[in-house]
Amino acid sequence: MNDLAGCGYPGHAAEVSHARPALEAIGLCKRFGPLQVLDEVSFKLGQGAFHALLGGNGAGKSTLVKCVMGYHAADRGTVLVENRECAIGNPRDAHRYGLGMVYQHFTLVPEMTVLENLVLSRLPIPAMIRWREEKQRLAALMEEMPFSVPLDRKAGELAAGEKQKVELLKQLFLQPRILILDEPTSVLTPQEADSLLGMLKKRTRSHRLTVLIITHKFREVMDFADAVSVLRRGKLVYSGPLAGQTPARLAELMTGSEEIARTVTREKVEEKPVRLEIDRLDVASDHGARAVKELSIRLRGGEIFGIAGVSGNGQQELVQALSGQRRPDRGAIRIDGSPYAGTRREMARFRLRCLPEEPLRNACVPRMSLAENLALRTFDRPGFTRWRWFVDAKAQKTQARELIERYRVHPPEPERRLDTLSGGNVQRLVLARELSGQVELLIAANPCFGLDFAATAEVRRQLMQARNRGAAVLLVSEDLDELLELSDRIAVMFEGRLTYESWTAEADLDTIGLRMAGH
Amino acid sequence: MNGEALGWWGVPLAILGGAIRAGTPYLFVSLGECLTEKSGRINLGLEGNLVLGAMSAYAVSYLSGSPWLGVLAAGGTGMLLGLLHAWLCSFPKVNDIAVGIALMLFGIGVAFFFGKPYIQPAAPHLPALGFGDWSASAQVRAALEINVLFLIGLGTAPLLGWFLANTRWGLMVRTVGDSRNAAEALGFPVNRVRAAATVAGGFLAGVGGAFLSLYYPGSWNEGLSSGQGLIAVALVVFARWQPMRCLYASLLFGGAGALGPALQSVGITGGYYLFNAAPYVLTLLLMAATCSPERTLSGIPGELSVTK
Ligand SMILES: Nc1ncnc2c1ncn2[C@@H]1O[C@H](COP(=O)(O)OP(=O)(O)OP(=O)(O)O)[C@@H](O)[C@H]1O
Ligand SMILES: [Mg+2]
Repeated sequence: MNDLAGCGYPGHAAEVSHARPALEAIGLCKRFGPLQVLDEVSFKLGQGAFHALLGGNGAGKSTLVKCVMGYHAADRGTVLVENRECAIGNPRDAHRYGLGMVYQHFTLVPEMTVLENLVLSRLPIPAMIRWREEKQRLAALMEEMPFSVPLDRKAGELAAGEKQKVELLKQLFLQPRILILDEPTSVLTPQEADSLLGMLKKRTRSHRLTVLIITHKFREVMDFADAVSVLRRGKLVYSGPLAGQTPARLAELMTGSEEIARTVTREKVEEKPVRLEIDRLDVASDHGARAVKELSIRLRGGEIFGIAGVSGNGQQELVQALSGQRRPDRGAIRIDGSPYAGTRREMARFRLRCLPEEPLRNACVPRMSLAENLALRTFDRPGFTRWRWFVDAKAQKTQARELIERYRVHPPEPERRLDTLSGGNVQRLVLARELSGQVELLIAANPCFGLDFAATAEVRRQLMQARNRGAAVLLVSEDLDELLELSDRIAVMFEGRLTYESWTAEADLDTIGLRMAGH
Repeated sequence: MNGEALGWWGVPLAILGGAIRAGTPYLFVSLGECLTEKSGRINLGLEGNLVLGAMSAYAVSYLSGSPWLGVLAAGGTGMLLGLLHAWLCSFPKVNDIAVGIALMLFGIGVAFFFGKPYIQPAAPHLPALGFGDWSASAQVRAALEINVLFLIGLGTAPLLGWFLANTRWGLMVRTVGDSRNAAEALGFPVNRVRAAATVAGGFLAGVGGAFLSLYYPGSWNEGLSSGQGLIAVALVVFARWQPMRCLYASLLFGGAGALGPALQSVGITGGYYLFNAAPYVLTLLLMAATCSPERTLSGIPGELSVTK
C-alpha cells in the first residue's frame, strides 16, 4: 500500500510528522441521486493529530465521515487504517478497527434510559447485563468527565445539549483510537466545549488518540486543531497544517466567492409597550418534575431578551410552553395583554414565530417535501388555497422556490424530501419559514445550532433586523457570545428559575459564569 | 347441583377459571405480538398463526398420539408464517400491516384446506393439573383445573420481560424497534433482528392455537377462533408493550368474557349479551382512564409504521 501513501495534496509533507497516518481516505466518491456529494476526496490523519474538517452547510462533511465509518457505502474509494486497507461495511466493522464517531443527528434510542443507551454502545455488549454493576461503573467513569448526565432519564426527554453530552460520553467511555466528531459542540456552552476539547487534546498528545472534528466554530479550530481540511461542494480544496492559516483565509477557502452577510447594527428603538408577559409560570417536564419554576419575564417590542444557561435547566420546557407543545401547570402567558394558550390561531393573530431547537424533530415533518414544510404556517391562508377548502400546490411551490432561493437552501429542489437535507440546511429551511412574513414576537432556541459561519451571520442579522423593526425577540441560547452580541437584556436560567438578570451593557461575565454553574 | 352449595361464591370462581381458560390463547398471541412490535414491526397476521396452529396441533396430535408434538407443530407452522411475513417485509416499501392482513387470510385458508379431514376424529388432549383436587366441590375443581400450557405462558411473560430488559438480544430488539437510525449507527442488522423477532412471535402465537384445539374448547373446527388473534394485537397496545401487562390484560379479558356465563350459572340471565360485551367495554374504559393528552403513548416503539 505504500505506493498509495504518496498521493499528493498540498501540504501533506508538513502535516505527517509521524511515520504512518492513523487514517487515510483515497478517492472517495459518493452520489445521492443526481447529486455528486463527494468528488474524489482524499485526506490523511496523522497519528495523534487533532484534525479539523471545515465546510459550508451541505458541503458533504457528514457524508464524508459517514462513508469512512461505513454508515454509507461510498461509490468509489478506499479507506486505510494504519496503512492497511480496510473493508468497512458498517459502523460495527469500523468500531472493530478502532474508529468511533459522534453523529450530528442524535443516534440515541429515545425510549431507553441514558444508562441503557450507554451500555448499548459498549463493545461487546455483555450477553446478560448486570444493571447495578454497569451503573456503578458508569457513574464512576462519569466523575472523570467534564460533564455529567442523569443516568435514569429517558433519552427522548433530554434537551439537545444533554443528548449531545450522552453521545460524547458514549465515545469517551469506549476510548476508540480514532475519534470522529460531527459538530460535537454545537449546543454546549463555550466552557463545556473547551473542557471537552481540552481533554481530547490531552489524549492526542500522548498519541493514544487521533481526532477528526467537524465544526463551524473557528475559535475551536484555532485553539485546538493542528491540521485542517476544507471541503467545498464535495471537493477537497485544502488539507494541511493549520499553522499559517487565519480564520479569514479558511472562510475564503470554504465559501469561494459567496458573500457573507454584514452585521447589522443595533438601532435605537423608542421604548415600546410590553408584548410578551410571562407570569409565575410553572411547567412540568416529561417525567413530571417541575422544570420551570415561577418564572416571570416581561418582554417589550424592539428588544432581544437573551436567556443563557446550561442545557437541561428548563429552557426546553419553557420554549415548548411558548410554542404550544406543552401545557403549563400554573401561571399565565399573555401577549399584548390577552391570554395566550399556544394555539395555531393565536400564533397567527399575534404574529408569533418559533425557531425551536432540534428543528428536524420540533419544527418539521421529515417525510414531507421542502415545499410542504415551508407551507406549514400558510397552507390554509388566503392565497394558498383553492376554493377555500383545497390546498393549492402550485402556490406552495412558487413560495417554496422563492424562500429556498432567498435563504440559500441547498439543494434547491422544492420536491425533495426534507430528511435528505444536511443538518444546516434543515435549519435554514425552518428559518425561511419562520422569518418570512411579518413577525412581531419571535421565540428562538439555539437558532445557529449547526449553521456554518455564513449562515450564522445571516441569522444573527435577521434577528437584529426583526428587533430593529420593533419585534420582541426571546433568544434562548447556550452560546454566550451570541447572547452578548445580540441581546439587549440578558438573564441566566438555572434549575427552572432566572437567577440573574441585567442589561447586557452592564452585565458581569464572571457572575454570569458562576450563575450558570449554579453558584 | 353443587353450584347451589357455593352460591354467590361461584361467580368469582367461575370468572377466575374462565380468565385462565379463555385468557391463555390471548396470552400467547399477545406475547408474540409484543415481541414482534418491540422490534418495530406490526404483525396483524397472528390470527392466521392461531388458526393454523390450532389445526396443525390437532392434526399432529391425532396422527402421532402425542399432544406435545402437536404443540411443537403449531409453533413450527407459526414460525413459518412469521418467516414469510419477515421475508415479505424485508423488501423496500412493503407495508407490514398490509402483509399481515394478507397472511392472516392466507393462514386461515391453509388451515381450512388441510384441516377438513380432522374435524371428526378425536385427538389426545393436553394434560391439566388439578389444583382443586383437595376440594369436594365440583365447581372448585373445575375452576382450578389448570392446563400446563397456561403455566408455561405464566412463566414466559416475566421471562420475556426480563429478556427485553437484561440481555444483549433484548436490547438489540428494542433498539431496532425504537430507532432505525440508532440501530444502524451501532451496526445492528435491522432486518435480521426484526425477522428473528417476527419468527419468535409467530411461534408463540402458534402455540396459543394449540391450546384452542387441544384443550379449550378442545376440538378442531372452522369456527374455533372468534378473532382472538386480532383482539390480542389490540391487547398489546392496551398493555403498553410490556409482557407482564400482557399477562394481566389477557387474564382480565378472559375473565371479563366469563362474566356472562358465570352470572347465568347463579340464575341471572337478564342482560346476558350485555355481559358478553364486558371485555370490550372494560378495555375502552381502561384505555380512556390511562391515556394522557399531554404525551404520546409511553412505551410505544418508535419504528412502528403507525407512529411514523
Ligand atoms: N440520505 C441522503 N439522501 C439524499 N441526499 C442526501 C442524503 N444525505 C445527504 N444528502 C445531501 O448531501 C449533501 C451533503 O450533505 P452533508 O450532510 O454531508 O452536509 P454537511 O457538510 O454535513 O452539512 P452541514 O454543515 O449542514 O451538516 C447535501 O446537499 C444533502 O442534501
Ligand atoms: Mg453535517
